[in-house]
Amino acid sequence: MDAGKATLWQLRQLLDSREISSVELLSFFLQAISQHDGTLHAYLHVNERALEEAKLADEKCSRGEPSAPLTGIPVAVKDNICTLEQPTTCASLILKDFVSPYEATVVARLRRAGAIILGKTNLDEFAFGSSTENSAFGPTRNPHDVQRVPGGSSGGSAAAVAAGFCPAALGSDTGGSIRQPAAFCGVVGLKPTYGRVSRFGLVAFASSLDQIGPITRGVRDAALIFSIIAGHDRYDTTSVTEPVPDYSRFEYPADLTGLRFGLPREYLSGEVAGPVKDALSRVSRLIEGLGATVEEVTLPHTSAGIAVYYIIATAEASANLARFDGIKYGYRSRHHRNLRELYMFTRGEGFGQEVKRRIILGTFVLSSGYYEAYYLKAQRVRTLIRNDFLEAFQKVHLLLTPTTPELPFLLGEKSKDPLKMYLSDIFTVNANLAGLPAISFPVGKSTEGLPIGLQIIGPAFQEELILKAAAALEQALS
Amino acid sequence: MKQQVKYLAELARIALTEQELAGLEQDLEKILDYVSQLEKIETTGVEPTYHVVPMTNVWRQDKVEASLSTEKALANAPERHGNFFKVPRVI
Repeated sequence: MDAGKATLWQLRQLLDSREISSVELLSFFLQAISQHDGTLHAYLHVNERALEEAKLADEKCSRGEPSAPLTGIPVAVKDNICTLEQPTTCASLILKDFVSPYEATVVARLRRAGAIILGKTNLDEFAFGSSTENSAFGPTRNPHDVQRVPGGSSGGSAAAVAAGFCPAALGSDTGGSIRQPAAFCGVVGLKPTYGRVSRFGLVAFASSLDQIGPITRGVRDAALIFSIIAGHDRYDTTSVTEPVPDYSRFEYPADLTGLRFGLPREYLSGEVAGPVKDALSRVSRLIEGLGATVEEVTLPHTSAGIAVYYIIATAEASANLARFDGIKYGYRSRHHRNLRELYMFTRGEGFGQEVKRRIILGTFVLSSGYYEAYYLKAQRVRTLIRNDFLEAFQKVHLLLTPTTPELPFLLGEKSKDPLKMYLSDIFTVNANLAGLPAISFPVGKSTEGLPIGLQIIGPAFQEELILKAAAALEQALS
Repeated sequence: MKQQVKYLAELARIALTEQELAGLEQDLEKILDYVSQLEKIETTGVEPTYHVVPMTNVWRQDKVEASLSTEKALANAPERHGNFFKVPRVI
């Protein structure tokens, strides 16, 4: 079996039956990375101790110790999630050499489940972007076509999984940053319900929107990683105490009998690429073939999502990024004559263009005289967007939408026009604004071989329903 | 608008070059023009959603617990002086 294509479940079996060792597995991925990541640039850092950790896992196994779900299996982590002993740069010059003194709860939980943290993946600086072109250390390329972007901001994680550089990775999703790159790279990406997964150790972008989630080769793998990282954490007071079912053990029905799917009318009215539209109708028919119903629903405030998102996300980001001041950690400019200049030059030299743009915009919408017209207004429209979903979920169990309006675009195609780039998240931001769980899963390719992803959005805390539906469709499509 | 971007950059403590100022001024105008579509949406009587999880004031015991050692806390300091972060003279 090609380890670069195997799922987590397959790898577990291979390891437990001793058909492969963890050292062999790690050697495979490290070699794939050293051969091909020069072109793709999915990783910003590869763990030098990965092989050593694999050896320890093999020793445990040969002593007959029972394996945990991820024992000896490598997982990559987006570089805005804190790890010990490996840098956490957020793809920013301001954190270029930063090594966190503590680790994120999700990373601790992965390691407790036996995972080896293989490396840190590339992203748009501070997760500000939809193409991974905003990385201060150079863009990531799409493994399906290196002229095209992998999506973003978790582009490194999605590309690494798609290219066979790791079987699974963590991403973070503030407005689509897990789902859009998953769709562009032909892999699965799950954004959990807000509060489901601890954000402790995730470098904050927009605190009321951010969620960490898995990027994997299959839906069941996403369920496995999700069940490991989800659950209350005393270090994140916004993490909820809702019990977490063991998603890794549940039965996956092959059909969808009794489920009602809604197709939001507004998601089809705008400019959606032909192959994406075709995929949506094809999968709708498939859903009906599996015993579920598909009906049109309406989410009238859909088109306001991007405007609301860019006000709220930049407002929160401008506050969150105030901590990067060159005092306690990170880059410090040498050009200062006093404290004020130290701040000004450190941030002026340390932040990239998009980061500056968003901080300035966020500062503007929060400034006196504009706060009500922009920030408060956006929070009110956010309520309307949320109410649209609540109303739709009175009629249907789940919503089916395209993940993105378009196929993966070319490097440079949108990087000169921020607004155009922002609009690439039009189908994903609203789930963040409403705090809802959503998954993107691959449904095929366009004639030119580019992946197409569809999105299932569910009511809060209904990840189980989303995963089951996506698993049934994944199976029917395979 | 240019004066305003300058002022915002000052508030946000970001030094900008003249070229950056001009670029941001244009970007900001375009983005604000785009988000002005929200004005048309009727929101009288609609409560704002600051946060989707309805929780307030999560308390914990005010108890001393293990924390980072001084060395670990200072490990990333751009400049240090003994057990302190070193900064330019403030007063």
